[in-house]
Amino acid sequence: MQRLKQIFFAFLLSVLPLMASAQIDGEFIKPRAGKFLLQNATVVTITNGVMENSSVLVEDGKITAVGAKISADGAEIIDCSGKFIYPGMIDGGTQLGLVEVSSVAETVDYAEVGDFTPNMQALTAVNPNSVAIPVTRVSGVTTVLTVPTGGIFPGTAALINLNGYTPDQMYAGFKAIAMNFPRSGRRGRYDRRSDEDIKKANEKALKEANELWDKAKSYAEMAAAEAELDYYPEMAQLAKATTGELPLLIEVNTASDIKAALEWIKDKDAKVIFAGVAEGWRVAEEIAEAGIPVVTGPIQALPTRESDRYDAAYANAGKMAKAGVKVAIRTNGQENVRNLPFFAAFAAAYGMGKEEAWKAVTINSAEIFGLGDQYGSIEAGKVANLIVADGDPFETKTNIHHVFIDGYRMPLSNRQIRLYQEFLDRSPGLNVN
Amino acid sequence: MKKVSYFLAALLGLSIQFASAQVKKGSVLIKNATVLTITNGTLENSDVLVQDGIIKKIGEGLKAPNGVTTIDASGKYLMPGIIDAHSHLGLDVVNEASSPIVAEVHMKDVVNPYEVGIYRALAGGVTISHAMHGSANVIGGQNATLKHRYGSTDPADIIMQDAPRTIKFALGENPTRVHGRGRGIQPRTRMGVEAVIRNGFNEAIQYKKAWAEYKEASSKKGSTALPPEYNERLQTLADILDGKIIIHCHSYRADEIYMLINVARDFGITKLVFQHTNEGFKVAPEIAEYTMGASVFADWWAYKFEVYYSTAYNAAILTENGAITSINSDDAELIRHLYHEAAKTQRYGGMTDEQALAMITINPAKQLGINDKVGSIEEGKQGDLVIFEGHPLSSYTIPQMTFVDGVKYFDINEDADDQRLKVSPTQMVEEVTIYEGHNARCMQDTEHLFETTEALFHLNH
Repeated sequence: MQRLKQIFFAFLLSVLPLMASAQIDGEFIKPRAGKFLLQNATVVTITNGVMENSSVLVEDGKITAVGAKISADGAEIIDCSGKFIYPGMIDGGTQLGLVEVSSVAETVDYAEVGDFTPNMQALTAVNPNSVAIPVTRVSGVTTVLTVPTGGIFPGTAALINLNGYTPDQMYAGFKAIAMNFPRSGRRGRYDRRSDEDIKKANEKALKEANELWDKAKSYAEMAAAEAELDYYPEMAQLAKATTGELPLLIEVNTASDIKAALEWIKDKDAKVIFAGVAEGWRVAEEIAEAGIPVVTGPIQALPTRESDRYDAAYANAGKMAKAGVKVAIRTNGQENVRNLPFFAAFAAAYGMGKEEAWKAVTINSAEIFGLGDQYGSIEAGKVANLIVADGDPFETKTNIHHVFIDGYRMPLSNRQIRLYQEFLDRSPGLNVN
Repeated sequence: MKKVSYFLAALLGLSIQFASAQVKKGSVLIKNATVLTITNGTLENSDVLVQDGIIKKIGEGLKAPNGVTTIDASGKYLMPGIIDAHSHLGLDVVNEASSPIVAEVHMKDVVNPYEVGIYRALAGGVTISHAMHGSANVIGGQNATLKHRYGSTDPADIIMQDAPRTIKFALGENPTRVHGRGRGIQPRTRMGVEAVIRNGFNEAIQYKKAWAEYKEASSKKGSTALPPEYNERLQTLADILDGKIIIHCHSYRADEIYMLINVARDFGITKLVFQHTNEGFKVAPEIAEYTMGASVFADWWAYKFEVYYSTAYNAAILTENGAITSINSDDAELIRHLYHEAAKTQRYGGMTDEQALAMITINPAKQLGINDKVGSIEEGKQGDLVIFEGHPLSSYTIPQMTFVDGVKYFDINEDADDQRLKVSPTQMVEEVTIYEGHNARCMQDTEHLFETTEALFHLNH
């Protein structure tokens, strides 16, 4: 088997120069649009159950039909016998595209200077040609929220599809204003501040957040009254969160901070989404009662407290879902967003169940972002973000055979695969010549 | 508070010199499991009997001797305890960053058996970890191989005393940043790194020669020869030259890996393992031919520039080229699911179950020089075992029980929330730490030597 694979790759390498424009399975040069009929698969729709021996028709970037008997009329037929079609996975929180090499400051574009920079647009800084993007999509992740970090209001997050040559081509139709809810805890083991200093810093940040919010609210009211306002792009942007024009994506993690955040949003008209929520399981009932949806993760994480059960982080998503919280999963990742399916698998195993875990990386994220009618399931009329796999994509043994984004059939290659092809059977090998 | 614990750890470290460790040895019969032996295939519905810490018998229909507990593992999988070839778990201090060569430093002096992370690693089926010095120095300190006997409060009891000596080397960005850029001394480049190593070994050769001359002279009747001054640092380097210590070298780029292979060959050193080894795939034939292989991350990359040109197919390429390959954690979270990290080699390179499981059992055991004792389920080996619900390479699997020397240290059904061995009497409110991704400790305690941003502190592999 392994040998076969080597021969296949050797063949591929030898013919590649001859067929720069030709396309064969597994090595496409470019994403390709068209009319495709994905035939005879098990279709996991997410919203309408599992359909055996069914097909999915893709035209003009959309899913136009799902069912047993679909006419192939002019479509390129892709035989999916014995395979499974799932909707593309959505990662509800990343910095993908905003960074290339984390330790090289020149390539880090997710954190602007200052506490109050809501007008910083993630979409502007997304690099469509980041090497990490093709690395991500071959795992079945087709859409991610990319979020600025740093200050209290660090910027505006954007949902992007992982295909396109400009940020606008990638934009998937959802933006949110990110907020880092003032933290009462320690910032990891490098944080050597005293308890009192931490408390003071937290109070100061909360006061600052309140002042900024109130000011933004006034700004929105004055703008609505058509008052003449000074140029203040930060306020103009945050104002959109005070009126509900843009959702507020609040990063909040410890139980006490979650409670404080729930209290903080009570008298506000904001559309709130919680992100992170590492200790959500401690206050799951309260989050559910408030009806706040949650994008949680990374799932593969350490417990927040030494006294916690070892699997606290793995079980968190499931516990919140069981309490009635609408839960989506994120990696909070940069280069390794490709691990989203495995994070979902861990959540599934530690109490969430497979079905709910699938929702947490598809329809729940879509609905939380207000795009439930366009993404997150396989239904006619939705955007054609699809993956075809020979098994359960949450399992590492499973191979992903096709990825469609926005109706484009994506090349299943990336730099990591090309390195594999070049170096698996290196020539010259050990000796010179 | 921290100071006190360092002091305690130092005291406890001293006691290792005097205490002869008396570790618990257990007996248990595990029945009807699917036994993944690693070295002898998969045995369906088989039993494994451990007596006094040693695997006595593997077979079907085994009877428990008097007083030996039987565990029914029907429908479950039994595999050898997982071994992490690169960890900093259970260490109070990681780096002695004061000189490019600090071979005289020992990690066994800073072992902290109270770290709850050891329990969490057990809950992930990990029974042995290689507690390594950090990567600030070209030639770092000597590592300790730990057996996860959680509950022991004497550091000596969690050190695998019958494991061979190993030492940490480091190439590339970390030592050049700390020494060349951090304090303006050699090495600042990969050329300097090579020079530091060659200088060190040549000095050790002189040192060995001086001692050999002295020994010869002093054996003569009426000799008045004076011994050379004892130097722990040079003696350790001499021990490496004599093949008494295995080098475990932090490395990323192919050129630096190739450099160290050449240096090792020039000095007749054969006991060499590469750690991280992100670009190992580019020199896989050389690694396979001249070293004890590579211990790699399943998929970490791009967190710093020297790992930008990485591939998750690294482990597969190394394996296919015949290099002994292991998957390591270097991280307190990742160590909890090395079975899953190893499973990624099936997506990235189509490794078989046997190949993937070997990467977290017998292969790291070989690299640590303990494969005659652990790393597979064989009669006569130590009873380090883990029972999984579901195949260990499934993303959904959950470890159920973990044994070290036949003693059960983790049982999911008896797992209490709070597994700390001690609670600070002065801490009124427990600290809450939010996980912020990679948390490797390779560069812990060297933060002040970095010239750049705070972000780096989280990315110092």
